[in-house]
Amino acid sequence: MQRLVGMCLGVPGRIVSIDGDIALVDFWGVVKPVRIDVVDAPVAPGDYVLNHVGFAIRRISPEDVADTLALYDELLRRAGAGDLMAADVRSEIDAAGSHDG
Amino acid sequence: MASPGGRLEFRDVARGAALTEALAARVTSLGRAPVSVMHVCGSHEQAIAKFGLRAAFPPELRVIMGPGCPVCVTDVPEVDEAVALARQGVRVATYGDMLRVPGTAGSLADERGRGARIDVVYGAAQAVELARGGEPVVFFASGFETTAVATAAVLLADPPASFSVLSAHKYIPPVMEIVAEMPGSAIEGFLAAGHAATITGWGVFERFVERHRLPVVVAGFEPLDILAGLVRLVEVIASGEPRVDNAFPRCVTREGNPAAQAALWRVFELQGGRWRGIAHVPNGNLRLRDEFAAWDARRRYAIDVAALWDHAPAALVAQCQCGDIMAGIASPHDCALFGRDCTPDAPVGACMVSAEGTCKIWHQYGGHPDLREIRRRA
Repeated sequence: MQRLVGMCLGVPGRIVSIDGDIALVDFWGVVKPVRIDVVDAPVAPGDYVLNHVGFAIRRISPEDVADTLALYDELLRRAGAGDLMAADVRSEIDAAGSHDG
Repeated sequence: MASPGGRLEFRDVARGAALTEALAARVTSLGRAPVSVMHVCGSHEQAIAKFGLRAAFPPELRVIMGPGCPVCVTDVPEVDEAVALARQGVRVATYGDMLRVPGTAGSLADERGRGARIDVVYGAAQAVELARGGEPVVFFASGFETTAVATAAVLLADPPASFSVLSAHKYIPPVMEIVAEMPGSAIEGFLAAGHAATITGWGVFERFVERHRLPVVVAGFEPLDILAGLVRLVEVIASGEPRVDNAFPRCVTREGNPAAQAALWRVFELQGGRWRGIAHVPNGNLRLRDEFAAWDARRRYAIDVAALWDHAPAALVAQCQCGDIMAGIASPHDCALFGRDCTPDAPVGACMVSAEGTCKIWHQYGGHPDLREIRRRA
């Protein structure tokens, strides 16, 4: 499967815990480490963040979480195996956690 | 051909219908045709093709994908540098989409087939981990400013001396100026990529609007976001007063992400350079600042690209229209190779290699992203 380099999609996830510059982030039940040194606002466990190539880049405000998650839910649940957009999202989840060794 | 995307629907059909009607009414009231606008985002094209949005656009409206695929605009000499390093025995790590992008004498995938050590990574941080073993690793980095932020962040976090970066990172705003000024360009406005503007902020487009008198509307990538963005864009065109408009406020602010911008500009500076198939783009390339010379593969290695240049390009490559397609002058259907001699399994040009390339997107989502094309071509 091809891997992304561009980013229009990114992937949202919920912060479970934080240790220094690394947060553990829950992506649909899969928990992975994400760097939080370039996120746009202070974040805390429970916050949702948008992530790209293993970095959180935006804190998603609580009132926008449901809207933001909806498309990704649909992409991941309903798209076929060859779908480019779903593949982008899966690659972004894979990219998280690629820097824990 | 069945859609590989499977079923995927508008989340709010009524709102989709209302926006479609609004778009048709706004375009009709302009009283001319065609009205051409450009987006510069592979995910916008994926969504437009996947959801068949062009069939819902009014026939007078042309929505064209421009140079929104970072892999596609990576220039041949940049690929050559990575290939030359691999041939020189240096371990190269890169994003998967970069493997099959053709250079003068083949691609990184070809080199891997010949035994070169090439690793596919998901990101800069993973490439750093590979280098922690002590063996030198060059990260062949591509992507626009949003992805360059991740490369910058790892360089700011004390990477090992064995790590270095061959930057093919590119910066979008300057290429919009080039495309806007191309002779014969009929582009009347730009749809800018929502999440990219998350980092840069929509303010980054103000200078462009001032200089070129063309509106820019920032839009998200859901079908409804794209329709809403286009309605807004046509409204601004009709107003005759170009401005930047933010149709994606839940993600984008004027200022963007200051922490990410600080990391980006501490590590990178702008330099002119060629974008594949388009032109020399002043300030279009992101290159490492002198301060980071120790991690700059171009300064650490004598990269012998000239050794590759005695190879003539293959005959099919000469017919590839990728450059014109990325400049928005041609569509994949104008290319004689599309879907015949050039497919995702056997790509001739970069636009068919990358998941963000126009050709691959059109091919993947059935080859006819605009249903009206079927009628015209029948």
